[in-house]
Amino acid sequence: MEFIVLLKQVPDLAEELEIDADGTDLARDWLSYVTSEWDEYALEEALQLRDQAGGSVTCLALDTGSVDELLATCLARGADRVVKVGSFERQPASHVAAAAFAAALRDMPHHLVLTGVQAIDDLDGQVGPLVATLLDLPHVSVVTHIAVGPDGRTATVHQEYAGGVVAELEVDLPATLGVQTSRETPRYAPVSRVRQLMKTMEVGSVEVSADGGAGLVIEAMSVPEVSATAEMIAGSPDAIAERIAAILAERGIGKAAVR
Amino acid sequence: MSDDILVLVEHRAGTVLDPTFELLGRARALAAETGGQAIAVVLGSGVDPLVATLGAADRVIAVDDPAFAEFSPSSYQAALVPIVRDRSPRLVLVANTGPGMDVASGLSAATGLALAAYATGVALEGGAPVVTCQLYAGKIDARVRFADGRGIATVVAGSFPVESGMAAGSPPVERLGPPATDGRIRFKALLAPEAGDVDITRETVLVSVGRGVGEQENLELVEELATALGGAVSVSRPLADAGWLPRSRQVGKSGLKVKPRLYLALGISGAPEHLEGMRGADLIIAVNTDPRAPIFSVAHYGAVADLLDVAQALTRRLAG
Amino acid sequence: MQRELPVIKVDGVTELEHAVVEGVDISGHWNRMFTQRSITEYPTEAMDWITGLEGGESLRNCYQCGKCVPVCPVNHVGDYGPRKLNAKVIRGNRLIDDPDLWLCTTCGNCYRVCPKEVNPIQFMPAIREQAVLEGNIPDELSDVFRNLQRTGNPMGESPRKRADWIAGAGVEIPVISQLDRPVDVLWYVSDYTSYHPRGQDAARAMARVLTALGVDFAILGPEERSDGDSARLAGETGLFELLAEQNIKAFSRYEFKRLVVMDPHAYNAFRNRYPALGWEGEVLHYTQFLAPLVDGMRFLSRVELDVTYHDPCYLGRNNGEYDAPRRLLEAIPGIRLAEMPHNRANGYCCGGGGGGMWLDGTVAGHVSERLSERRVREAVATVGTDGTGVLSVACPYEPSRFEDAVKSTGNDGRLVVRDIIELLDQAMQPPAA
Repeated sequence: MEFIVLLKQVPDLAEELEIDADGTDLARDWLSYVTSEWDEYALEEALQLRDQAGGSVTCLALDTGSVDELLATCLARGADRVVKVGSFERQPASHVAAAAFAAALRDMPHHLVLTGVQAIDDLDGQVGPLVATLLDLPHVSVVTHIAVGPDGRTATVHQEYAGGVVAELEVDLPATLGVQTSRETPRYAPVSRVRQLMKTMEVGSVEVSADGGAGLVIEAMSVPEVSATAEMIAGSPDAIAERIAAILAERGIGKAAVR
Repeated sequence: MSDDILVLVEHRAGTVLDPTFELLGRARALAAETGGQAIAVVLGSGVDPLVATLGAADRVIAVDDPAFAEFSPSSYQAALVPIVRDRSPRLVLVANTGPGMDVASGLSAATGLALAAYATGVALEGGAPVVTCQLYAGKIDARVRFADGRGIATVVAGSFPVESGMAAGSPPVERLGPPATDGRIRFKALLAPEAGDVDITRETVLVSVGRGVGEQENLELVEELATALGGAVSVSRPLADAGWLPRSRQVGKSGLKVKPRLYLALGISGAPEHLEGMRGADLIIAVNTDPRAPIFSVAHYGAVADLLDVAQALTRRLAG
Repeated sequence: MQRELPVIKVDGVTELEHAVVEGVDISGHWNRMFTQRSITEYPTEAMDWITGLEGGESLRNCYQCGKCVPVCPVNHVGDYGPRKLNAKVIRGNRLIDDPDLWLCTTCGNCYRVCPKEVNPIQFMPAIREQAVLEGNIPDELSDVFRNLQRTGNPMGESPRKRADWIAGAGVEIPVISQLDRPVDVLWYVSDYTSYHPRGQDAARAMARVLTALGVDFAILGPEERSDGDSARLAGETGLFELLAEQNIKAFSRYEFKRLVVMDPHAYNAFRNRYPALGWEGEVLHYTQFLAPLVDGMRFLSRVELDVTYHDPCYLGRNNGEYDAPRRLLEAIPGIRLAEMPHNRANGYCCGGGGGGMWLDGTVAGHVSERLSERRVREAVATVGTDGTGVLSVACPYEPSRFEDAVKSTGNDGRLVVRDIIELLDQAMQPPAA
């Protein structure tokens, strides 16, 4: 089985996000980037599936000039191959990313293409179903469980709905899946191994022509006014507790009032 | 080309789901402005009972075929693409759910219509849609237009009132002929979650904790507070993923939707997926160390503090 | 597969038929002697593997005398003991999957008494590194490693906010990048001092004391990264090197005479580890920097408190500084200093070292109480009997650990935890009205 994982970096939310002078993008000077959380789940699932079913895991990331560490981390976790796709100044819109990935995958054997169900910045939709449509593959989003059938021609997956209800679906392979969570916490990639790999790894690369865009015009970005509705309570923990207790008493909420 | 607003109806086990009603309500208001129609598109098998609840629509397009007895991403997309192509609506509204994500991006790629995801607001300016999208786990809002004036929006649940889409009425139903299908994804079963020890949807007081709680053993302090308040403990997704409490205690998009009298959110930053599940609570009080946590945008009261300190202080206060 | 237990062969026995020593007849088995015993059939792979690791060599020297066991702080609260590690390894256990691997806090007290110089401060990180490379790592620890890698601090806080504590200090705190001139003291603030609310109290106190003394100082601000020493001791050598490179880059950007640090772990790293990575310079723990300056301190308040002092393992035992903190405490008017039974070289570990700070959940299942709880009981017994006790500390790991322990042992109201710098600052302020 050839497992493909599509990954990307997103801004680290540990940093406070600010808007640039134009008001239509993040101020990127101070941003640091991390691998998108859901892509990490997709990689972990791919590694687990490979270890069960055999085969190899190939990780793809768009070449934004700063993905070497991401790719070395994939290898450190156990991926078999890593490939940079295209050449971009920075992470493009999902539609552009999907077109590049789809172009790369046309010449690459793939049975199961896994990627994160979403990312915190995919304004113009999720990459997984876009890639699937471009390659005419079936796609399932919000996948929480994957089992490859014994003949390797189908996979049984769970799609999660509200309230913890899940649908069990059977998918013909090749297919793409948007992974919501992995069976295990994504494994840790030791820094010493990542650093070693940064020096020695072989990175494949695929040229693609990337044109087109998302078809969206961003008029403005803004940081939502967070305390617009909340009345903020200041003071020590005891003072806060006192105020909360008073609010609850006023509304008759609490043990005495309820029971 | 039309000025219609299309709404994809999501239904499960014979019932139209709440997010669809939210979209219908909004579509109706928008259609009144564009001069087009609010059209509900329903794919199913034996759709009449479903159609009967879609009174808020100006018109219903129904695909009634045994192939659509259950949801299949591939079949849905196969059937939807020609409908959207033919009608060329001003706007397609899809709920930002699993099935919604399945079809919206695919529709966009197949029809060339642009897509705005994670929408929390949809309005019209000069007859063209302007969509407010929530990015970066709710930390940034983006206002976007579609370059050619029409497109698809996937809308976060809870963005519009459900009631507005539950109007009575019997709109005309247009039944389409045998649909295109794609059997590469086959529905097998719907699995209900294991019954939990506590039904958090029935509790009047929820003390809800997220990643900010730090260590698992700190849950004890939270349990003590919940007991003191006569309520139960619920959690955000990461804690359920970690197995600290069962899935049945999880609030949010992939968990349960709750409407308690008090929702005390401790150490929950408030990702959009979480807010979907609890914004309807009567009283929301949030405690978080990050003053810019999005949870404060839906809370009625907030405090920037360590949740363990406040939890212990409040437990003491209630006991005293 | 069941492994056969090691076999001890006795190669020969001698018994003299007639033996009279100083008139006493000890013939027969009374004079039985064994020839030298050869110990065979131990599986040697695990021991060979560990002693083949850089840092693992000394484990083989253990001859099971057991002197380490009673001085090991973890042994006081559980079954763990350094001697038992050797016993496990000679039975074929590489320790990679063994919970014992994460119990050692690298406090160094066993090494102090070991006649064979068996050194867990070296072999524990060496084995842990292999465990980390093999993916055998507790989740709570890998979360911290991820944070350190991403943000340069164990909490995963924004590096840009590293100097946010400055607000509220009441004095100006220069950031060296904005000074454009050499300084006498580059003050390395450290992680918990920068981000933890109680650590920040100490940072602000330090800023006021340095300012009052007229010290020419500056901090790195957002350029500062974790020293990485505890990550190294927990087995992430690569992460340590990454962080060290970032700090060394920042150090080399500026001119300063000496580095003064709040955190003994940083002191240990800068003094003993950074030279091999390319940075050498004078490093002082803040107590060492301030102790010679006590005569110039103007104390405006008396601090009438019973105080005991907890020796941090990486300032005291592992780096030999016991006196500077005590000189500072003795200089503060009003303080009555009392020693706990475990003090100086025999100081009792708080449990936070060697990664223990981030392993509470892993350790909890193997100990009857936390080391910090046991230490707090000792402090309460020493100075907390009439409710005015102070447990003074000189390591930013301590306030949160000990304050939690004060609560969890039910000693709220009997004992407070203060960094020495907070007590100094208090004494240098005018008396509260």
